[in-house]
Amino acid sequence: MAPRNFVRTEIIPAQPPPAGTLGPLAWLRAHLFSTPANAAITILAVLFLAWTIPPLIRWAFVDAVWTGENREACVGAGACWAFVRAKFDLFMYGQYPPAQHWRVNVVGLLFVAGLVPMAIPAIPGKRWTVLYLLVVFPVAAFILLRGGMFGLTDVPTTRWGGLLVTLVVAVTGIVIAFPLGVLLALARRSRLPLIRVLATGLIEIWRGVPLVTVLFMASVMLPIFLPSGVTIDKLLRAIIGIGVFYSAYMAEVIRGGLQSIPRGQYEGAMALGLSGLQRTWLVVLPQALTISIPGIVNTIIALFKDTSLVLIIALYDLLGMIQSATNDSNWAVAQVPASGYAFAAVIYWALCFSMSRYSLFIERRRAAGRPR
Amino acid sequence: MRPSRLPRHAMDASFWRDERVRAVAAQVLAFAAVVAVFAWLVTNTAANLDRLNIRLTLGFFDERAGFNILQTPIPYDNNSTYLRAFLVGLVNTLIVGVIGVILATILGFLVGIGRLSSNWLLARLATIYVETFRNIPLLLQLVFWAEAVLTLLPRAQQAIELPFGATLSVRGLYLPAPVAESALLWVGVAFLAGIAAAYLLGRWARGRQARTGQRFPAASVGLALIFGLPILTFLVLGRPLAWEPPVLQRFNFTGGIPIIPELAALVLGLVIYTAAFIAEVVRGGILAVPRGQIEAARAVGLSSGTTMRRVIIPQALRAIIPPLTNQYLNLIKNSSLAVAIGYPDLVGVFKNTVLNQTGRAIEVVAITMAVYLFISLAGSVFMNRFNARVAIRER
Repeated sequence: MAPRNFVRTEIIPAQPPPAGTLGPLAWLRAHLFSTPANAAITILAVLFLAWTIPPLIRWAFVDAVWTGENREACVGAGACWAFVRAKFDLFMYGQYPPAQHWRVNVVGLLFVAGLVPMAIPAIPGKRWTVLYLLVVFPVAAFILLRGGMFGLTDVPTTRWGGLLVTLVVAVTGIVIAFPLGVLLALARRSRLPLIRVLATGLIEIWRGVPLVTVLFMASVMLPIFLPSGVTIDKLLRAIIGIGVFYSAYMAEVIRGGLQSIPRGQYEGAMALGLSGLQRTWLVVLPQALTISIPGIVNTIIALFKDTSLVLIIALYDLLGMIQSATNDSNWAVAQVPASGYAFAAVIYWALCFSMSRYSLFIERRRAAGRPR
Repeated sequence: MRPSRLPRHAMDASFWRDERVRAVAAQVLAFAAVVAVFAWLVTNTAANLDRLNIRLTLGFFDERAGFNILQTPIPYDNNSTYLRAFLVGLVNTLIVGVIGVILATILGFLVGIGRLSSNWLLARLATIYVETFRNIPLLLQLVFWAEAVLTLLPRAQQAIELPFGATLSVRGLYLPAPVAESALLWVGVAFLAGIAAAYLLGRWARGRQARTGQRFPAASVGLALIFGLPILTFLVLGRPLAWEPPVLQRFNFTGGIPIIPELAALVLGLVIYTAAFIAEVVRGGILAVPRGQIEAARAVGLSSGTTMRRVIIPQALRAIIPPLTNQYLNLIKNSSLAVAIGYPDLVGVFKNTVLNQTGRAIEVVAITMAVYLFISLAGSVFMNRFNARVAIRER
C-alpha cells in the first residue's frame, strides 16, 4: 500500500527566477514600458534627450574654443571658454590689485578652516569653532581684505569684485540675518502684545516687498536717513539691506521650529527653576534651532542666490563682473555672453546644490535617531 | 513663610521679580526704543531734506513725464504725466504676473507629477529639471535668456516665419492680431450658453445617478457643449474673425501683437525658475496624502482616474495651496528683477526713470514698496480665505 503521507526528504534545488523578472530587459519593461502610455512617455523623453543633449555637448566641448586672446578666436558656433580663461582673475577678485590676491586666498583658506570642522558632525569642539567663525575669522578677514593696517596696503571696497564680493555679501548677510532672525522669531512668539505686534509688523513688511526695492532703499534712501556727514560704504549698505531683509525670512523659519517644541519642555524647564532667559537659551532655542536646520539652510541658499541682485545697484559681484565683462569690445562676439553666464551658472549651482545636499544629510542624520 | 520674615533686601528685590512689572517694563522699553530710533531717523531725514531744499510731495505726479516706455498696454506717450507712467508700469507688472502664474502653475504641476511618475526616465528628467533650475539664481537665468539667447535670434529682415503669420526675430515675437467682426459676439453668447447647458446637464446627471444609480457621461458631453457650441456658431456664421499679420517695415514690424524680447526673457526666466519650486510643492502635497487613502479608494472599487480626482487631489490641494500662494507671491515680487533686463515694469519705469528724472527718492521708493506690500497682503488674504474653504472641517 502506498504511503498516505508524503514527506519530502531531500531539499529541492532552487529554481531560476521566472524569465523576465530579472536582468536589464526586465528592468526596462518594469520602469520604462509597463503600459502603452508609459512607453509613449519613454519614447518622447528619449526624443527630447536626443534633441537637446548632442547640441549641448557639441556647444560646450566639441566646438568650444579653449584658448585665445580676443574675439577673433571665438567666431565659431561653440562656447568661448577662452573668454572665461582670460577674465578668470576678474571674475574671482574684481579689481583687487593682483599683487594682493594672496590676501583673498588666505581669507578663503581661513574660512574653509572654520567651515569644515563646523559642518562635519563628528569633529568635536563646536563651541570653539563657532567662536572662531563669529569672532576671530571676521576680524582677521576684514583686516586682511581691507588692509590699511599692519603694513598691508589699503584696498577700498570699490576695488573688490567678482566671487569675492559674492561671498563677502553672502557670509556677512548670513551673520546679520541669523541672530536678528532669532530675535525676531522670539519676539513674535512673546507673550507681550506690544513686542509681538512690533515683530509681526516688521517681519510681514519685509516679506511683502521685493529685495530689489530694499536694495534700492539701502542705496538711495539710507544716506537720507542718517545724519549728514555720516557715509556708509556702498558695499556695506547692500549687505545691511540683504541681511535685514533675510532676517525676516529666517525669523519665520525659526518660528516654525519654536512652535514645534512641546509645552512640556517649557514646563519642565520651569519646574527646574530656570529663569525665562535660561529657559529660552538652554532648553527651547537649542532644540528649535536643530529642528529648523533644513529651513535655515534653505534660507541661506536663497540669500546666496539673491546676492546676485547687488548688480542692480551697480556693485560688481560674480554675475555683475561677468555681465560687465561681456560688454568688453575686445570680446564682442555672439558666443561670449552665453559662455560667461554658463560659467557663473556652474559656480552658483555647485555651491547651492552642495548646500542643499548638506541640509538633506543633516535631516537624515537627525531622523535616524528618532522613532518613526 | 510670611513676607514679613523675609530679609529686607529680598522685599526690595521682589518688586523687580514680579512678572507683571517686568512685562510692562519690557514693553515700555521696546516701544521707547522703537520710537527713539524712528524719531532719530525722521529728524535726520528732515534735516537732510531741509539742507537739500527738498519737500516731500506727490505733486510731481501731475507733471509731464517726457520719456518713452518700451511697452505700453494702456495709452501713453512722452507727453503723459508721471501718474500715467506709474500706471503703465503697474499694468506691465501685472501682465508678467498673470502670464507667469498661469504658465508656472502648468509647468510646475507637470514636473511635480512627473517626478512621482513610475516611468524611470520621466522621473529622472523631472528631478534634473528641479535640481538644475532651483539652484541657479533667477537673475542669472534672466540675463542669460535676455543677453545670451534672445540676442542670437535673426534680425527683423530675416525673421523666422512661424505658422499663422507670426514672426520671431531679435525684435521679439509678433503674433497676428485678431480682428473681430460684430458677428463674433454670437460666438461668445454660444460659449456662455454652452457653460450654462453643461452646468444644468451636470446637475441633472447627478440627480439621476442619486435616484437610479445610472451614470451619464456628463463630463465629456459637457465639454463638448462648452467648446462645440461656439465652434459650431463660428462656422455657421462664416468665420467672423480675421487675422491681421505683422508687417515688416524698414527695421521692425508693425501691426500684430508684439511680445517684446524683454517680456519674453522675463516670462521665460520667471516661469522656469518658479515652476521648479511649484513642482516641489506639488510633489510634497501628493506625498502628504496617506497611502491608506489610496488603498481604501482602490478597495471600494474606484478606478485609478477617479482615485486621483476624488481622493488624492482634493486632499493634496490642502497641503499644496498655502505654499503655492507663497510661490505666486514670490513670482510677482521676483518680477521686479525686470529692471535688470530693461523690461518696463513698475520698478523699471517708476524707480529707474522717474527717480532719475525727479530725484524724489523717498516718495518713489515708498510708493513702489507700498504697491508690492499691497499686492502681497491682498494675495495672502485671498488665499487664506480660499484655504479656509478647502480646509478639513473636523467634527
